[in-house]
Amino acid sequence: MLDAARLRGDFPLLAQRENGHPLVYLDNAATTQKPQAVLDAIAEYYRTTNANVHRGAYGLAIRATEAYEAARAQLAGFVNAWAPEGVVFTRGTTEAINLVAGAYGRAHVRAGDTVVVTAMDHHSNLVPWQILCQEKGATLRMVEISEDGRIDLSDYGRALEPRPKIVAFPYVSNALGTVNPAAQLARLAHAVGAVVVVDGAQSTPHLRVDVQGLDCDFYALSGHKMLGPMGSGALVAKPELLDAMPPYHGGGEMISRVWDDRSTYNNIPHKFEAGTPNVEGAVGLAAAVAYLERVGLERIAEHEQALAAAAIERLTQIEGVTVYGPRDHRAGVVSFTYGDIHPHDIATILDQDGICIRAGHHCAQPLMRRLNVPATARASFYLYNGLDEVDALAGALVKAGALFGYVPA
Amino acid sequence: MDTSPPDPQLSALYQELILDHYRRPRNKGALDDATHSVSLNNPLCGDEIDLQLRVDGEVIREARFIGRGCSISQAAASMMTQLLKDRSIPQALALADRMSAMMRGDQAAAQDKTLGDLRALAGVSKFPVRIKCALLPWNALTDALKG
Ligand SMILES: Cc1ncc(COP(=O)(O)O)c(C=O)c1O
Repeated sequence: MLDAARLRGDFPLLAQRENGHPLVYLDNAATTQKPQAVLDAIAEYYRTTNANVHRGAYGLAIRATEAYEAARAQLAGFVNAWAPEGVVFTRGTTEAINLVAGAYGRAHVRAGDTVVVTAMDHHSNLVPWQILCQEKGATLRMVEISEDGRIDLSDYGRALEPRPKIVAFPYVSNALGTVNPAAQLARLAHAVGAVVVVDGAQSTPHLRVDVQGLDCDFYALSGHKMLGPMGSGALVAKPELLDAMPPYHGGGEMISRVWDDRSTYNNIPHKFEAGTPNVEGAVGLAAAVAYLERVGLERIAEHEQALAAAAIERLTQIEGVTVYGPRDHRAGVVSFTYGDIHPHDIATILDQDGICIRAGHHCAQPLMRRLNVPATARASFYLYNGLDEVDALAGALVKAGALFGYVPA
Repeated sequence: MDTSPPDPQLSALYQELILDHYRRPRNKGALDDATHSVSLNNPLCGDEIDLQLRVDGEVIREARFIGRGCSISQAAASMMTQLLKDRSIPQALALADRMSAMMRGDQAAAQDKTLGDLRALAGVSKFPVRIKCALLPWNALTDALKG
């Protein structure tokens, strides 16, 4: 395992105390804390390099542009993108998926076509497709999940029969921690001629991602879930697909020539980056990528798996606790309920011990309906969490049990 | 593992009486001849309340609710419906004001006998994010009576 206590020292926020206890931050699927290196990179950018990008004819603006484009190249390398110009900076996963639905989807999906999503998708990989299908009179087909929270491969096969135009799924589920067989799902979808959209919000931070190896077509990610700043993220795509797509937003930067009544558009990726971009976000994200590379994605994945395994073991020993999701092929996300204690009550009780977990539907209401629970409590781990924090979680849960009369106080 | 006893604020929040209303809610289920009905939800924790009243002239004759959610919202709904039977509309709205005052930490309101079992919820005022839960049924009530 990683030396989590030492890594925690790199994250100023984690030195805080909460309600008189050391802060135990277990809501990493929602967002992650930022290491000093990321904070410094952002401050340094503003102290030394800030100017608007791609337009200045002076040295400072050229250096700002270089910093922005270097960040793009770094992110491209991190996920093994097809090319740096196949990396479009966005506000995050949500905007990246909306870009695909709004530009590729609107151009290619017609009445009677099918778009496939899964019952474990985050609302941000569902609602954009609902909007597209409603607009086009297309059919949205939701693939079912198995009892233990995996994509039901036979239902997936049936969903591919009508030869859908687009197939979208998450690489890793934010609500269950399931790691889906993304390369296999992409291969099956390509065999029927579909374009494959992978929601990488929960995979990019936690395991080694190789988009060319997956052979998807579009891959969305969020910087803030991988130690980077909020409002940073990207759509990673096959350049030839991006090139053939109509633009998404119109404005400055995305154009080539503008007449009174029409325009021609810039090359990719700029065609999809209308307006002044979030340069600080890109620079901060690049620093986060460098930090993650130094620690090593393989070691991070292994560390989180060990934490999740320990948490599942400890939690299932508490009578009345149910853990959701598969036992293997999973990431460091542990969703659970405890008897009739509402997850929101669990979160309040844990907060008194300085432990931050998420309670709710995790932006996956169709999934919650299938699990037959209104909400779950969710602990999600990252590189700076340690086994001591799994202990704290289990200990605080026993206290919740005592308050609700499950275990003797 | 930390085995210190639960913090006193938490014990005050999750009193026996609250858990009793949560687990054995009073007046839960649909009201057949309702004259007023309002559904509200709290998107943060997914609490849902569907409050149904039978109002006769200026008097609430019957109050029932359907709902699901956290202990605080469901206990508050159960406790509230106990109090509403045979209250006039102005009396019910005055109770809603007392309840809001108690949630703002008003000590006098927390001692006010007219709030009945609801006084057990006084500890919620120490947990700002949970105040919405305790007030959810009351917001449904004021919507029903004023709307
Ligand atoms: C699986 C998944 N997809 C999409 C999103 C949306 O990400 P963002 O809010 O950063 O756009 C999230 C995070 O909330 C997520 O966990």
